[in-house]
Amino acid sequence: MDRRKYLKTMAVGAVGTGVLLQSCAPATPEQVAAAPATFTIDRTPAELEREQRLQREKFFDEHEMKTISILADIIIPKDSISGSASDAGVPAFIEFIAKDMPHYQIPLRGGLKWLDIQCMNRYTVDFASCTPEQQLEMVDEIAFPEKAKPALQQGVAFFNTMRDLTACGFFTSEIGIKDLGYLGNRPNQWDGVPQDVLDQYKLKYDDRTLEISVKFDA
Amino acid sequence: MPDFQIKKTQKAYDVCIVGSGAGGGMAAYVLANAGIKVVLLEAGPLYDPAKNVTQLKWPWESPRRGASTPLRHFGDFDAAYGGWDLEGEPYTHKDNTKFDWFRARMVGGRTNHWGRISLRFGPKDFKRKSIDGLGDDWPIGYDDVAPYYDKIDQLIGVFGSKENLPNDPDSIYLPPPKPRLHEMFIKDAGTALNIPVIPSRLSILTKPVNKERGSCFYCHQCGRGCTVYADFSSSSVLVKPAIATGNVDIIPNAMVREVLTNDEGKATGVSFVNKEDMQEYSVTAKIVILAASACESSRLLLNSKSSRFPNGLANSSGIIGKYLHDSTGASMGAILPHLVGRKRYNEDGVGGMHVYTPWWLDNKNLDFARGYHIEYGGGMNMPGYGFGFGMQNTNGKYPGRDGKQKEAGGYGASLKDDYRYFYGASIGMSGRGEAIAREDNYCEIDPTTVDKYGIPVLRFHYKWSEHEVKQAKHMKETFREIIHKMGGVVTYGGNDGPENDYGLLAPGRIIHEVGTTRMGNDPKKSAVNKFNQAHDCKNLFVVDGGAFVSQADKNPTWTILALSMRTSEYILDELKKQNIG
Repeated sequence: MDRRKYLKTMAVGAVGTGVLLQSCAPATPEQVAAAPATFTIDRTPAELEREQRLQREKFFDEHEMKTISILADIIIPKDSISGSASDAGVPAFIEFIAKDMPHYQIPLRGGLKWLDIQCMNRYTVDFASCTPEQQLEMVDEIAFPEKAKPALQQGVAFFNTMRDLTACGFFTSEIGIKDLGYLGNRPNQWDGVPQDVLDQYKLKYDDRTLEISVKFDA
Repeated sequence: MPDFQIKKTQKAYDVCIVGSGAGGGMAAYVLANAGIKVVLLEAGPLYDPAKNVTQLKWPWESPRRGASTPLRHFGDFDAAYGGWDLEGEPYTHKDNTKFDWFRARMVGGRTNHWGRISLRFGPKDFKRKSIDGLGDDWPIGYDDVAPYYDKIDQLIGVFGSKENLPNDPDSIYLPPPKPRLHEMFIKDAGTALNIPVIPSRLSILTKPVNKERGSCFYCHQCGRGCTVYADFSSSSVLVKPAIATGNVDIIPNAMVREVLTNDEGKATGVSFVNKEDMQEYSVTAKIVILAASACESSRLLLNSKSSRFPNGLANSSGIIGKYLHDSTGASMGAILPHLVGRKRYNEDGVGGMHVYTPWWLDNKNLDFARGYHIEYGGGMNMPGYGFGFGMQNTNGKYPGRDGKQKEAGGYGASLKDDYRYFYGASIGMSGRGEAIAREDNYCEIDPTTVDKYGIPVLRFHYKWSEHEVKQAKHMKETFREIIHKMGGVVTYGGNDGPENDYGLLAPGRIIHEVGTTRMGNDPKKSAVNKFNQAHDCKNLFVVDGGAFVSQADKNPTWTILALSMRTSEYILDELKKQNIG
């Protein structure tokens, strides 16, 4: 294949990105059987069946989802560079992961319950019903593993999990990738580290490397 | 009509090949191009990386952002269907030992997602017993295989550099890509420590080799399969052109049950279950070639019992399944504090490392018998599932962007910035070493268990010896030295010790398992001869990793390909002489 031609083709192909999940509403068996593949990535029939089953399931209830959203936006808020975790769809990602990886279910559900009980004892209301100030006061007690009180270690473990899933969900979203400045996943010609970066680190390619390495047309 | 019957295909084939990975794909390619009529059976579905696309997709196109699933263990974007466990196809273990068996059931098999690390075995790798007294020598030497390495270099394409190393022979290379930033640091550190760091040797096309395949566009995603066929996978580079000759009928979803033999003890074909209709079929052929993977081909032979072959076909030696060995593996990761807050640019590069370390020491001076090579990772990679996990273990250890030390963990805008700040500052290194092939590491038929097709399954028995454990210890010491020299700080793999065999992974984890139908001149001590032909059955061949006498400190694929080509040419010659068929 002509190199330029396929580079061009690939560049066009890389721009389009499809809709991921169509709907979370329960579907009838007939609809599922007839449902077209909504995936833009290769799926085997067994994978599609599994994906459709996961799409039909619902794990967290409304209150839990509300709490997850508040926590996610405390962990990754909007700033001058990009939007918040909920802007990037993180709560839905966490809901999906809990269904996809059942080992998360008890730590997340139980952790949310733990958090509500803590807040009930402290503020007489659940976490989501606390004032923003109270919410941050509570989070401060479990967000710093090395200085948290031993009695709150279950909360620390839960918050670590929430931090992981929130950050992962955010930085693998379209908003997050752009924020991070990842510039790959597109056709390229790798011709070595850019000169200004080499200069910054006081590095240069030795003569042999320059001689043997692949060269590109200007 | 009975409820259950075996349907016979009417067409008579010259050759029946079981498995379409490196070994089977190469045999199909060579034989079909010589005009031989081939039927190629594959236990999984058809697969073409240009049609079954995960390349150039974004993490959000997977609802789990590319995480592993029970159906695709290397993650949603990986090109290998399957993994360590397949639904309905169990395997078992003996004496509480461990062996993890990775199976990718699909056209091209595991070559669809492999690391493309394409290393020739060296002269010493064929004669290890003569050097250290352990295991056995191969019945062939480097010079027997070298002409085939030359041919596959040119047919398939591999980049690298001429280094004239004594036991890491050069291939006929395409130009390698320049090292990435962290790879330049690794190279400098290695050079200072007398550890060689040289361009990697990968079967990825930095220049085109023919009109059917494009060349690399540096997306770092070979593991996803390449839509322009710029890397080697058996599906796109061998099976596809083999089918295009018109001489190959491919039967996908064909789970082979048994090799069929006649009264004279000759192979006559195979029987299989079609996974789609669950019906039983058989095909006949003058020659049968097994390439189902080392363990799967052994299973097939052990299950092919008859009054003539009570221990299974080609097993009068009782050796089938024995001498199973996988490469060793241990890893360590680090953060390079001088790489935090780094400038962004596209450093994807090819799918894998641009530099590596071949084995550089003499085992005579060490307390373990065999060597290892080192693979390196790092860089500003595309985020996927797991990105940012464990930030509380990193952000309290180093001064932040403002120069101040923070409390570990946290939340909010400051935490959000930490992910940007530490992005691309981590590296990892993994040793891949040679294990000793031992008779008491084996797979056998489990006497009580069958899979969902009613086929008796494998039972594994495997223990690492002192040589592998000490090798892993040495790997860890080396990794720590390199990381220290770079000014890095260990982030994982640093706390392994004798209590966990220095982080040595379970056997099978490196997916280089070989040795179960090993070759040799003595029919009492080997299953196949030096042309991969069964001692007990002249029209039966095994061209996967099973024929290896010993794995080297290299990856096995290039040698599987070379030996399969050599066997295929031998078959053509024998057919011409009417010695078989």
